Amino acid sequence: MKNYDRLIFELSVKGRTGYSLPKCEINNYALNDLNSTLLRTEQPDLPEVSELDVIRHYTNISHKNFGVETGFYPLGSCTMKYNPKINEEIAAMKAFNSVHPLQSASEVQGVLKIYYELQAMLADISGLAAYTLNPFAGAHGELTGLMIMKEYHLQRKDFKRTKVIVPDSAHGTNPASASICGFEIIEIKSTQEGTVDLEQLKLALSDEVAGMMLTNPNTLGIFENNIIEISKLVHDAGGLMYYDGANLNALLGKVRPGDMGFDIMHINLHKTFSTPHGGGGPGSGPVGVKEFLVPYLPNPQVKLLDGHYYFNWNQDSIGSVSGFYGNFKVWLRAYVYILTLGKENLKLVGEYSTLNANYVRVNLEDDFYLPIKGFSMHECVFDGLKDQSSGVTTLDVAKRLLDYGFHAPTIYFPLLFHQSIMIEPTETESKQTLDDFIAVMKKVAEEAKNDPQMMKLAPHTTPISRIDEVYAAKKMILTYKDYLKENR
Amino acid sequence: MSKVLEGYFYAESHEWAKKENQFAYIGITDFAQAQLGNVVFVDLPEVGALVKKGKEFGAVESVKAASDLISPVSGKVVEINEDLVGEPEVINQDAFASWLIKVEISNPADFNDLMSAEAYKNIAK
Amino acid sequence: MFKYFPHTEADIEQMKQAIGIQSTECMFQAIPSAVRYQKDYHVPSSMSEVELRNHLEEIGRLNQTKTIFSGLGAYDHYEPSVINHIISRQEFLTSYTPYQPEISQGTLTYIFEYQSMITSLTGMDVSNASMYDGPTATAEAMFMAEAITKRKKILVSETVNPNVISVLKTYAKYKGLEIEFINHKQGSVDLDDLKLKLNDTIAGVIVQKPNFFGIIEDYQGFSELVHANNSLWIINADISTLGVLRTPTEDDADIACGECQSLGMPVAFGGPYLGYLAAKKVHVRKMPGRICGQSFDRNHLRSFVLTLQAREQHIRREKANSNICSNQSLLALYATVYLSLMGPSGLKEVNELSYIGAHYLYDQLIATKNFTPVFNQPFLKEFVVHTHLNVKMIQKQLADHGIFGAVHLGDFDERYENVINFCVTEKRTKAEIDQLVKILGGLS
Repeated sequence: MKNYDRLIFELSVKGRTGYSLPKCEINNYALNDLNSTLLRTEQPDLPEVSELDVIRHYTNISHKNFGVETGFYPLGSCTMKYNPKINEEIAAMKAFNSVHPLQSASEVQGVLKIYYELQAMLADISGLAAYTLNPFAGAHGELTGLMIMKEYHLQRKDFKRTKVIVPDSAHGTNPASASICGFEIIEIKSTQEGTVDLEQLKLALSDEVAGMMLTNPNTLGIFENNIIEISKLVHDAGGLMYYDGANLNALLGKVRPGDMGFDIMHINLHKTFSTPHGGGGPGSGPVGVKEFLVPYLPNPQVKLLDGHYYFNWNQDSIGSVSGFYGNFKVWLRAYVYILTLGKENLKLVGEYSTLNANYVRVNLEDDFYLPIKGFSMHECVFDGLKDQSSGVTTLDVAKRLLDYGFHAPTIYFPLLFHQSIMIEPTETESKQTLDDFIAVMKKVAEEAKNDPQMMKLAPHTTPISRIDEVYAAKKMILTYKDYLKENR
Repeated sequence: MSKVLEGYFYAESHEWAKKENQFAYIGITDFAQAQLGNVVFVDLPEVGALVKKGKEFGAVESVKAASDLISPVSGKVVEINEDLVGEPEVINQDAFASWLIKVEISNPADFNDLMSAEAYKNIAK
Repeated sequence: MFKYFPHTEADIEQMKQAIGIQSTECMFQAIPSAVRYQKDYHVPSSMSEVELRNHLEEIGRLNQTKTIFSGLGAYDHYEPSVINHIISRQEFLTSYTPYQPEISQGTLTYIFEYQSMITSLTGMDVSNASMYDGPTATAEAMFMAEAITKRKKILVSETVNPNVISVLKTYAKYKGLEIEFINHKQGSVDLDDLKLKLNDTIAGVIVQKPNFFGIIEDYQGFSELVHANNSLWIINADISTLGVLRTPTEDDADIACGECQSLGMPVAFGGPYLGYLAAKKVHVRKMPGRICGQSFDRNHLRSFVLTLQAREQHIRREKANSNICSNQSLLALYATVYLSLMGPSGLKEVNELSYIGAHYLYDQLIATKNFTPVFNQPFLKEFVVHTHLNVKMIQKQLADHGIFGAVHLGDFDERYENVINFCVTEKRTKAEIDQLVKILGGLS
């Protein structure tokens, strides 16, 4: 259906249904036996629609979405790689969907085996001792990792370590997670080259610092070549090193965070290990630690003894961070992905993703301003068009790309530049796709010079054009009820 | 080029203060509103609240940014600009006319630490 | 060549030339050689799809799937077939957070619908677009109470599920908040004990219904007390039960939160599930997570967009309300499709069938004389009973008959020794219930 624009509520007709339930076989009981003060007085405003209504509605709105299978998705920092189908098939198996989280360990040896083996593989891949798979997302992993950092200092009775160092180039989640964990944040400025400024770091270090959070390669796609010295400085000051695994994809097969001196890290399985992003979630953010921090991992932990997997509740643990054991079907997919790649292909991920990013970088340097020269890792960052005289901004470039059937890169992040364009072409993209993208980017740069007005109004061919965000923020129409009220 | 008016005192955090007898009107500068973009919400303290020089007293929010409001002087809030609650966008139209709060000044010497229009012009670039 | 990597030798050669490098190694020169990893990972060799299927099926056989007769936060409700077909569409499955609204109206539309449904079920004004799970959503509600009241202590009913409580404890400890518990009386949160513990340090009061014992708590007189103390009144409620139970708004709550797994999501060993968080509109700027709002595009077409983003971590950094940036969007779609299919009558019927089955089972169990009531309080789909029998033996007997049930509350808290949980959903047939009763009635 062209130009479909309904909400499911607008299809509703009183009396229609889209379900079938078993007939009641038991007499003499009724919900109305409950005291009426315990029951809601009015029925909820849910749609009344047929099964086909539901399918058509969601199929039609799905056509307004762009997915990895629609086209190239160079969204920097998000690692939008192909999400293999076999992972979905395995995740749909009854043997995995029908086990209750409170069943005893002996009845769920299969899932515990996956938990145990996956955490061991992640530990090996990152050079750490053990992982918890319980955190639900990258940010949740950060929070969990910082709790571990705090607990470590608390149990050593080093109570004055209340601060965490975060570079100004860090993902916004880093300072937010540290703050939620009750830390004060010391932000340190980056060098001209976009890396950690060792002098600034030295000034920030003290016996009040619990640790440092670092992404490497950093959000500019640059590898911190002083990483060994950074780790040493932080460790000498008594702090721990936290690795934000958002950019781990670049490092597969090249270097392990544990070997660089990191003590704690999280991995975004939905990035590096290909689990689908699902429009923003569910993700999974396993946290790994060095041996001396293993006791602090969240409860429960999964252990192996004499061929039997069991849950372990550790006294020294930070406690639990999730109702059960994290997003099981997400980490199940990551397990399948790792086994599909195997050791011979896993080590090529960093190589190919970096090759792709550098290929895009050299091909766009003439048209887009590259603030930091030299090799990038798995992603490259431009600071807008090289020629900005026409007033065309990064936002306009991003919107115009949509007209050509590409997803936009990440824009206006990192914050270090005013017109950031962050491009991450993952290892699953071919040279042809990159060539197409490069050609379109060059064409857009040309259009910016010749027809800036058209660029300002882009996109022109998408289901909707640019949205009035001020209206949304001011009116705060956040539900169908609000909508009806506004349009009465 | 953003507007900087004479007769106002300026803080590095881009608030202005205008003195009127023992009172001060406080707002954000034209430079600040331009940086923020379309203002959609202003969070102001209640009348009677105490504000402290250099400390946060509220926040101003646009579609893509939010900024804490830092009081340039200490004192007691005697009035808030109710017009802004329904129409925060007037800050974008005229930041100097859109005062946020009126404060009874507790320490007149606070003004000594604020900048003149001349000095602020160098910052608001 | 490997099926996920399209790079041919020729591609690699051309790309190297374009970059101006002899070897791909040049791109990695910034990595200190001392830490370069030269070995193979301790990971098996690449498996073919045939091998993978066999391998995972073999692992699957190590799991025992059973007829589920317990709940406690994970409920075996019916999963309409339609849902998996919809959420498997790549447009939903493989997209990212809708940062480019022009090509994300699918996601934004269902998030708006989801918010509408959650607010209708809870009676609240605003809902964010999905939290990780019920326990972490409750922790976010606790943080909201702190942010709104600027107070540092939370009162939590001891009738809240211990899995929720343990997450609250962890979150509170590191943020520097204090938790104190309100005692229960006859299995329900005790109003008199709340009275004793309320004071001007209390940011919020958290209760749960149906609670850990399955009891539908009655909150008459609670909100007045809590609000008189300028604290926030927070109700955690299983979202499915709100199809029939008094809503958090009818109980005058400020924030409603809880688990959405009960909307037909598979029990799946605990995840992924979905939490919800809804509140009165005055608190919207203290809410964490994504919120979608309606607006118009340049051509005045109705459209949807993420809004009020200034609350969030990517703008506010350490001053953000929460560090949440991903969410459980695909599960929000699951919930939205489920609620669309079920509608008000389906959701009511699910609750009614569960109620009837649970009450039938309860009466039958008591009649066996192997079980006695613990509390005489109203319940919906799950309940607890006391037994004089050995609990391990009961569980073993059930397991041998392919049944999972009789979860021991004593495993969570030693005060509840020999108190066990049963849960009945619309999926359980009378024959299954009768079989369960027969097995348990025959024990001694």
